[in-house]
Amino acid sequence: MANSYTDVPEIKFHMEHPLMKRIVELKERNYADYGQYDYAPKDFEDAMDNYDRLLDITGDINANIIGPNSEDVDAEGPHCENGRVRYASKTYENLDATIKAGLCGMTMPRRYEGLNLPNVVYTAANEIIAEGDAGFENIWSLQDCIETLYEFGDEDQRRRYIPRVCAGETMSMDLTEPDAGSDLQSVMLKATFDEKENCWRLNGVKRFITNGDADIHLVLARSIEGTKDGRGLSMFIYDKRNGGVNVRRIENKLGIHGSPTCELVYKNAKAELCGSEKLGLIKYVMGLMNGARLGIASQSVGAEQAAYEEAINYARDRKQFGKEIINFPAVYDMISRIKAKLDAGRSLLYMTARYVDIYKCLDDISKERSLTPEERAEFKKYSKMADAFTPLAKGMNSEFANESSYDSIQVHGGSGFMLEYKCQRVYRDARIMSIYEGTTQLQTVAAIRYITSGFYEGIINEYAQEPVAAEYASYAERIAAMFEKLKAATAKAKEANNQEFLDLCSRHLYEMTAYVIMSHLLLQDVQRNVDLFKKSLVVFMNYAESKVEEHSNYIAKLDVDQLEAYRQE
Amino acid sequence: MSLKIIVLAKQVPDTRNVGPDAMTPEGTVNRAALPAVFNPEDLNALEQALRLKDANPGSTITMLTMGLPKAAEVLKEGIYRGADEGILISDRPLGGADTLATSYTLAQAIKKVGDYDIILCGRQAIDGDTAQVGPQVAEKLGLTQITYTEEIISLDKEAKKIVAKRHIDGGVETVEGPLPIVVTVNGSAAPCRTRNVKRVWANKNREFTVWGAADIEADPMQIGKAGSPTNVKAVKSIVFKAKENKTLTSSDEDINSLIVELMESNTIG
Repeated sequence: MANSYTDVPEIKFHMEHPLMKRIVELKERNYADYGQYDYAPKDFEDAMDNYDRLLDITGDINANIIGPNSEDVDAEGPHCENGRVRYASKTYENLDATIKAGLCGMTMPRRYEGLNLPNVVYTAANEIIAEGDAGFENIWSLQDCIETLYEFGDEDQRRRYIPRVCAGETMSMDLTEPDAGSDLQSVMLKATFDEKENCWRLNGVKRFITNGDADIHLVLARSIEGTKDGRGLSMFIYDKRNGGVNVRRIENKLGIHGSPTCELVYKNAKAELCGSEKLGLIKYVMGLMNGARLGIASQSVGAEQAAYEEAINYARDRKQFGKEIINFPAVYDMISRIKAKLDAGRSLLYMTARYVDIYKCLDDISKERSLTPEERAEFKKYSKMADAFTPLAKGMNSEFANESSYDSIQVHGGSGFMLEYKCQRVYRDARIMSIYEGTTQLQTVAAIRYITSGFYEGIINEYAQEPVAAEYASYAERIAAMFEKLKAATAKAKEANNQEFLDLCSRHLYEMTAYVIMSHLLLQDVQRNVDLFKKSLVVFMNYAESKVEEHSNYIAKLDVDQLEAYRQE
Repeated sequence: MSLKIIVLAKQVPDTRNVGPDAMTPEGTVNRAALPAVFNPEDLNALEQALRLKDANPGSTITMLTMGLPKAAEVLKEGIYRGADEGILISDRPLGGADTLATSYTLAQAIKKVGDYDIILCGRQAIDGDTAQVGPQVAEKLGLTQITYTEEIISLDKEAKKIVAKRHIDGGVETVEGPLPIVVTVNGSAAPCRTRNVKRVWANKNREFTVWGAADIEADPMQIGKAGSPTNVKAVKSIVFKAKENKTLTSSDEDINSLIVELMESNTIG
């Protein structure tokens, strides 16, 4: 029987990375839950076996329920009825399956009835479900908003809300408003304290809210009257059981049809404050967004996997000029590149997830006891690594998802343009990935400071110190040459001492950085599993070199004097 | 009101995914080439049991399976999906049983379990395709049976009454029966829910009670080979080979020649 986990050995490969030992040890607090909960692992091997079984179940549900339902969900979509969302009928089947399987509260501690999974494993489940249906993955994966409530809510809120999410209730994060998209500082939804009822009241409108009729909402609202920037914003919890929020309409979108994108009207909706006032945007949303960005990175890898499978399966079957089209260089050129980007992008995704795991676990432990000096150093290191890698993983994979789904249609020829083929849905679904949770342009903004500060340079230098087997020495040299080009381009962009010029260069520097890092990661991977990655290493290195050369050349020719030619009026 | 539910399940070779090496040259089933799976219609039966359990809190599901020690895997799969207990009936003298000996053995085991309101099993197993074991178990226990069930519509323990929809040729019929009862479930019933993560993690190393022939007080003459009047005379591997094509038109002449040919080969007539 088809299984989206066991059929893709690359996912398991990433679960078995050497850093897992440290991650699991931290996440499981040296296996302290064993004996207290019947489903807690007793040691590292036991935990890894549990993860494997969980992903096997996820792969089974995706291949046999979510994937097969995706076409109907896409065609039917959700509807707005009397201020509520009615999902596509098969979305309910998908939800029923994931809830009965217990794929809820994935990363939450066991004391709140969660599965206590590391982020890496949750990321893998996310990728698997996104391969089947990116729209449904949105609904399912919004459960990770609970991380923010866990991190910043009080114990009473944790006890009341987390078990509900672990039992399958859905979540949403209500941030965007008609006049506050990328610029969340402009959020105007009003929060006022109701002295009589001793609760907060929310009034206003939110727009583009994914799964906006969820059971539990995290809402960004302005609680300090008269303020205009991010410092007046706080985070609130709205419980649908209390009422007061209605869905005014559901957007009609290009893709991810299964996921209801809602316009919400808050009318005196009862809410409770999450964490401290005024830290809503500055602290909590930033945490929420980093988690969400990693989520979109894994959704993008799922879309890349879907694009790859659709392309290769079609090319194996389709015959033209007397042979299967997979045999034509013009066709396998496209498919090999889809696969190479997929392998490199996936490696970047899981490395990011590992960095996130280590710092988040240590952060959580620091609330139970003080960290040792070594742990504090470890926390600092990985926290910064995670912050630097997240925009790379999100931006690059979402762009790859778009490029690969485009190529997947191209492999199909005219058939790919017909709605009967899945590749067109993957293409439509992928389009939003490089936009929401921060456009690629905003990922570049998040990454550029690590480029100019030399932080990525330090990481690349560290990677370059990793031992390389003799047969791969030439690859290491080629990466070193790419790195030199990156350094030269960065130096040029900085030397001009002109912020606008640097901003104009930033996308190029961002991509060059990502290609150098992904090349290193793929080189590490191939040495752990030759069979899985030997082809992609060859193809990706050729591709990465050509991209680095392209950007290097662009920046070499770019000059401050040319800015006027770029400006648009 | 809580129910005591028994589900009978069988581990079978996966005959739905047959490869070219499914049969040995001697004409027997090549078990190594066929993975062992949970008999599909027994999974449909388990889902009906789980729905009864969902609707009647406090209910328990006990699974029974007869087979080699490896058959305990289906018990585990049942536990992963929500069953509470599993008992493996396994003993050398039980081997080689036909449907009569199997149903006798299962009926003896059910008697030993004792307390039950409903016994559910799949309509038939994909290895033997007889659909005899469920009805024979009912007969041996002196219980009413509803076969080919697609859905249990209601179950009232106090009134000792069950209403179920069963599949018949060209439609469905709704029938009522008394409790306790044996219900065999058709493949067209709802598919079984998937494994639950927490249950898998908590039960992956679980071991099951094993009952032998003596435990269920079985008459040695009614179990295994001794209790099986069915004798397999021969098993042949029939391989259909594509021969030359023959194109026939709708003319009377062609139709006549086809009928003659089919009669001569004893295919019809």
